[in-house]
Amino acid sequence: MPRLVIDGKTVVAKEGTFLLQAARDAGIDIPTLCEHPAVEPYGGCRLCLVDVTRPEWDGWSKMVVSCLFPVEDGILVSTRSERVTQTRKVVLDLLLARCPETPLVQELAAEHGIDRTSYVPNPEPTDCILCGLCTRICDRLGTSAISSANRGVGREIAPPFHEAPPDCIGCLACAEICPTGFIQYQSGSARRVIWNKEFKMLRCPTCGRGHITEDQARYYDGRNGVPARYFEPCDACKRKEQAAIAVSLMAAPEGR
Amino acid sequence: MRIESRQEFEAAVAAARQQGADRRREVLVCCGTGCLANGAAAVAQEFATRIEADGLDATLALHAKKTGCHGFCERGPLVVVQPEGILYTKVKPKDVAEIIDKTVAKGEVIPRLLYKDPTDKKAIEHYADVPFYKHQVRVSMRNIGRIDPADLDDALAHGAYAGLARALFDLTPDQVIAEVEASGLRGRGGAGFATARKWKATRKAKGERKFVLCNGDEGDPGAFKDRSIMEGDPHAVIEGMAIGAYAVGAREGYIYVRDEYPLAVEHVNLALAKARERGLLGDNILGTGFSFDLRVSRGGGAFVCGESSALMRSIEGKVGEPRAKYVHASDRGLFDLPTVLNNVETWSDVGAILEHGGAWFAKWGTAKSKGTKAFSLVGKVKNTGLIELPMGTTLRHIIFDIGGGILKDRPFKAVQTGGPSGGCLPADKLDLPVDYEVLTANGSMMGSGGMIVMDDRTCMVDVARYFLKFLVEESCGKCIPCREGLKQMLHIFDDLVEGRGKPGDIERIERLSRGMQLGSLCELGKSAPNPVLSTLQHFRHEFEEHIDAKTCPAGMCRELTVYQIIEDPCTGCHLCTRVCPTAAIAGKPKQKHVIDPALCIACGACFDVCPEDAIRFLPKKHEGGGHAPAGH
Ligand SMILES: Cc1cc2nc3c(=O)[nH]c(=O)nc-3n(C[C@H](O)[C@H](O)[C@H](O)COP(=O)(O)O)c2cc1C
Ligand code: SF4
Ligand code: FES
Repeated sequence: MPRLVIDGKTVVAKEGTFLLQAARDAGIDIPTLCEHPAVEPYGGCRLCLVDVTRPEWDGWSKMVVSCLFPVEDGILVSTRSERVTQTRKVVLDLLLARCPETPLVQELAAEHGIDRTSYVPNPEPTDCILCGLCTRICDRLGTSAISSANRGVGREIAPPFHEAPPDCIGCLACAEICPTGFIQYQSGSARRVIWNKEFKMLRCPTCGRGHITEDQARYYDGRNGVPARYFEPCDACKRKEQAAIAVSLMAAPEGR
Repeated sequence: MRIESRQEFEAAVAAARQQGADRRREVLVCCGTGCLANGAAAVAQEFATRIEADGLDATLALHAKKTGCHGFCERGPLVVVQPEGILYTKVKPKDVAEIIDKTVAKGEVIPRLLYKDPTDKKAIEHYADVPFYKHQVRVSMRNIGRIDPADLDDALAHGAYAGLARALFDLTPDQVIAEVEASGLRGRGGAGFATARKWKATRKAKGERKFVLCNGDEGDPGAFKDRSIMEGDPHAVIEGMAIGAYAVGAREGYIYVRDEYPLAVEHVNLALAKARERGLLGDNILGTGFSFDLRVSRGGGAFVCGESSALMRSIEGKVGEPRAKYVHASDRGLFDLPTVLNNVETWSDVGAILEHGGAWFAKWGTAKSKGTKAFSLVGKVKNTGLIELPMGTTLRHIIFDIGGGILKDRPFKAVQTGGPSGGCLPADKLDLPVDYEVLTANGSMMGSGGMIVMDDRTCMVDVARYFLKFLVEESCGKCIPCREGLKQMLHIFDDLVEGRGKPGDIERIERLSRGMQLGSLCELGKSAPNPVLSTLQHFRHEFEEHIDAKTCPAGMCRELTVYQIIEDPCTGCHLCTRVCPTAAIAGKPKQKHVIDPALCIACGACFDVCPEDAIRFLPKKHEGGGHAPAGH
């Protein structure tokens, strides 16, 4: 098991984990925006930058993003060296210029001593920080209905051609994972709308509540092998029936 | 016919050479992209038609060859008559008959078509005496312009695949790597990483399946060395990659070609097919048991696709976007398997190094930068084009001896090297020897070898802004410091050139630059501040003048400058009225002219043409006031 030192504290980390996790396990907080346990690390927000060195490097050190840097035995890590702090500030200052009205960004910036951006604030404020969590979770679920479009400053998250995304099943995973609430949706008992696509809800035969879209049920049935009828009762009603369903699933592990 | 042994290879080369020798007279018609654009295809066709119609291949043993780019595109279409090596420039189809009748048949030179040295206006007969060519040492471009890229025998006659034959017949993979190590070869695509070190790591990496890749994305604006190599001598790339594959233990490879290079794709594909047909590629190469094959992958159409991790994603069929990673491609590259990626020029050097030996290559250059390097020389020099020179050549030699000096003999101001992430070097750096370390130490870089020469009529703040504008479009936008940083940096520069600069801007530029350098995910963002910081380092006063005095010392920023005609020297010659794009200048012939400030866009065209130095520019706020002239 690799032994490393983070901010002066000796830490024993699990082999194959990333530095961010090792630091968190040791109770050391590193700011992040694009990291989430449900998806692969991305390295886009650059907030989790840390300084890494070794005694034999003679004072030379390198800056890495901790969400992607695999732990190594014997490294010395600083999560708040002068240049780490300075760089993080520049990043937050820039992000605040992009999203001047987004509470999450405002709070994080304020924690780092930035109350107002020193750059030109975005004339069209947005809540999208381009952390890529929504597209990554959508890829992770295998739907890949939304993706990032355009390069550079024009980059945005959007369904293909800005139309209702044909592959979207209305699962709301993107909206749930979005840290700023940028992704809007409406969901009721009968219908749900997200990305300008309308979905019919599958209604619970017991209580009549719509709790999952028909597209979702079809998708999970087709791909993940969970039978559509598993979704028919809503969670509340299901709890009552749970035991029975578990048995039926075990009896038919391939689904159908 | 497949070549399946050393003897057969030697026999094939000998036969190819004999065929070349039998053609006593040869005309080389440059059919590189530049000359084609100037009408070279019609010239080549005219030669072919006449040779065919008049049976000149029999009577004069004449052969017309379509070659790759000779590098001197601005003088094209170029034709060289062999064996004398007479160079004709700007040749038209109607000149062909005369070239055949006089030069080919009788050895007479046609003065009208000769190149004239812009410095002394003297006509030069021989290719080898033209200053643009005289000083060059060509290794990676050794056969460009000499061979017909579509003719494998012609390439064999000129030494192609001799390095591969030596590697496969005489050397072990470790000995091949040792030869490359001895050559001191470093990457020609940007970072200058030692090629042998990369190869060693990939050779050592565990795994049965490995790849060699060629980076032919060439995204730097104005660069065209890789295109010229792929179009003019695709076999050099294939040979180098086969050698590299043998050295690291790869059996597959890809040549990643920029999407805007259809001719390169065509020539590379043709060369691949021919090499396969002759047993120089594919299964059991040269009968040695070594197998290796290559495929072309078309580029993703963005500058960032040239970045190593983005390039690999793009070949995998994914979006060409850089990935943050802390494992080397030598361990986990394409499809997460051990991979070597080298630039087109690097690969092209490899064949020559194996043919002639590492020590041969290392005889050129400086302590840490060995061999020769291709540069594209553009901007305000008299001779522009593609050149190859020993490392360590001074900037002065390149710009003044090969480039022929500054256009219109204006003062030299700066040279930008290294492409969009490079930097600008001022006149007091002209005697620096060009090598990786020296350029970096002076705030610039080798990059892929772009050189843009600038004269005194260049605003350095605007130059930095030009590169920012390029990069802001080309950043992939994945990470915050690069995407948002470039946007904000451009805001600051827009303010500077439009007269809204404020105290503290320089410090803001420096702080933002540092944040981008340290914080960005890939080299694009990390190196994006280079053009900004190097202009700031060497031309800080220009920034200060834009901020403090709201003036542009070069008289180029239109919001800060007005142009005026000085009464005395103006002879009313009308030249300025002809070049003014907005018709802002009025005046009767032989009488003093005036510029209407309402129409003037401060482009400076009149200033550049006025033979009497009668035009001056002033800071806008001093308009009419007559003091603080920034021009004459
Ligand atoms: C934004 C960006 C663009 C690049 N474009 C190119 C390119 O067009 N051609 C190239 O050979 N290398 C390019 N590189 C460098 C490559 O990442 C890589 O270092 C190079 O291909 C390795 O080959 P070499 O060692 O032979 O130079 C680029 C790098 C960056 C960061
Ligand atoms: S540095 Fe720029 S080009 Fe590289 S990953 Fe970040 S945004 Fe993309
Ligand atoms: S959390 Fe590591 S870069 Fe965003």
